Amino acid sequence: MIVYLVRRVGQSLLAVMAMAVLVFIGVYFIGNPVDVLINPEATQADILATTERLGLDKPLWQQFGIFLGNALQGDLGTSFVYGRPALDIILERLPATMELALVALFLSVAIGIPLGVWAGLRPESIAGRTIMGGSILGFSLPNFWQGMLLILVFAVLLGWLPAGGRGATTEVLGLQVSFLTWDGLSHLILPAVNLALFKMSLIIRLARANTREVCLQDYVKFARAKGLSPRRVVLVHILKNIMIPVVTIIGLELGSMVAFAIVTETVFAWPGMGKLLIDSINLLDRPVIVAYLMLTVLIIVGINLLVDVIYSLLDPRIRLSEMKG
Amino acid sequence: MSQLLDVRDLQTQFFTRDGVATAVDGVSFTLNRGEILGLVGESGSGKSVTGFSILGLVDPPGRVTGGQILFDGDDLVRGGEPLLRGLRGKRIAMIFQDPMMTLNPVLRIDTQMIETVQAHAPVSRAEARARAEEALVRVGISSPAERLKSYPHQFSGGMRQRVAIAIALLHKPDLIIADEPTTALDVTIQAQILSEVQALCSQSGTALIWITHDLAVVSGLADRLAVMYAGRIIEEGPTAEVIARPRHPYTRGLIDSVPQGKRHGARLAQIPGMTPSLLNLPEGCKFAPRCPRADAACAVEPRLDPSGPGRAVRCHHPHGDSETRVLS
Repeated sequence: MIVYLVRRVGQSLLAVMAMAVLVFIGVYFIGNPVDVLINPEATQADILATTERLGLDKPLWQQFGIFLGNALQGDLGTSFVYGRPALDIILERLPATMELALVALFLSVAIGIPLGVWAGLRPESIAGRTIMGGSILGFSLPNFWQGMLLILVFAVLLGWLPAGGRGATTEVLGLQVSFLTWDGLSHLILPAVNLALFKMSLIIRLARANTREVCLQDYVKFARAKGLSPRRVVLVHILKNIMIPVVTIIGLELGSMVAFAIVTETVFAWPGMGKLLIDSINLLDRPVIVAYLMLTVLIIVGINLLVDVIYSLLDPRIRLSEMKG
Repeated sequence: MSQLLDVRDLQTQFFTRDGVATAVDGVSFTLNRGEILGLVGESGSGKSVTGFSILGLVDPPGRVTGGQILFDGDDLVRGGEPLLRGLRGKRIAMIFQDPMMTLNPVLRIDTQMIETVQAHAPVSRAEARARAEEALVRVGISSPAERLKSYPHQFSGGMRQRVAIAIALLHKPDLIIADEPTTALDVTIQAQILSEVQALCSQSGTALIWITHDLAVVSGLADRLAVMYAGRIIEEGPTAEVIARPRHPYTRGLIDSVPQGKRHGARLAQIPGMTPSLLNLPEGCKFAPRCPRADAACAVEPRLDPSGPGRAVRCHHPHGDSETRVLS
């Protein structure tokens, strides 16, 4: 197991490294931030001075070398716009995004798996067909449009929930969280549902397809032939088998939820990292963009690593072969 | 010997997109306590569906559409799920064909055995585990305590089938339905499993329905044989009788197609043609298109008529006892 873990961590570091190169070069070609940052009436000397101060006069490889050296010490650069370390600015926004993503993930799993299993057990029933029809809407309608519709119905027409912002937060272990007060929770519900809808649909379809497949297996029939209650057959024999692909998807999707909550955060004015990224791209605030992307890569790679470990806990066959390998 | 199972006029149909397939049509047989019945037929003859029908495990789009299955006096067809759930695993157990597929790959053996014990007996986990160990010893698995902690993939095919048999034996059932349990195994393991099952059944007085396409396997095991073709029983009787003096041309063809040492070098007999599609069965006798003895009379389907002590055959032109067999 340890050999396996060390090898997996090594692979993860390689992926992070490759991403660092891509991100840095990509951002370099987007445009010259000095053009955006500096006063249009500044003199050529001012422009040169600013370029030099920001280190933008050095060749690309040298800039990358400096960036890498600093990054290894935990310094991802200083924001051109805010004049503060980029990582600090992002980390300030991270809890809001994480909270949103985790609540959305919880919703999509807690609702998606039961609905998917139900639809898989009774594919021909009206309920099963309705669930499948609904899931098609869930992932084919554009996310921002779903968000606006949610606002229209629940905030504007019914007036039950606020349309945007984060509301009151409480501090727990040094982190600001919304879900402990009613005001915070009421602000959280709509964006979380919006972010969850797509993943929920995905999980429903995945759970249904796998349930149908597992139901045909001899071991399910054998479990019934042993006289087990239908409840135990579904909750133990079927559920544990469908969890393997579902956990994989959940892991991958959590990463993308954190990284790409951008649309939802923009629609609901949620003060998270996604909104910060959009603002930074508009201002060509390179260090923030790079730091954001690097952090995202780290999160996704970290989650994948975690998924592999959970995976091996769920499926004994993987545990054995990977440990040997 | 008292009667345990009485299947009367069983009919099981599958409602597919292409039409209604009658997989089992008017099957009747009885089984006494401790008796071993060999249910023989080609793929698609309805022998497995008959087994699943008894346990109420026919998957949609199929279901039992007629007849009675009297188990110890209770009608399993009328009793439905509530009655069946109490019997499955407890009084009627089943062993499946492919041991690689019958054990859940993500659950440990102990989980799968203990849940079976606890499904029917209100005992503690420790007690259930003790019974599971005992059952493993009974099927010849050594160091059962260790084995219980393993996952199915850590076992060979033969070992898995032993575990499946141990699970079937947990509640000392009155009846075991074995659906080709040795087909997927090596020949040497096949012989071991066969003799073990036979011994275990005679020890505990368990009746056995052994479903197979392999006459050679079942001829040394079963007390009686029932041969199925196109969802019907076409011949039944005591095993030795049926093997030595088959009356139905199909049974005869089956026996002749088993290779025999004495006829080394001789051409093996075969039955011409293929099993008919259940969606498109011929009128009259279902075997007539492949039968060397068929004539105009076979346009009317024959009934399963008695033809001697304990024997019955569904044929207008059965072979007589006096006819010499090709082999023996």
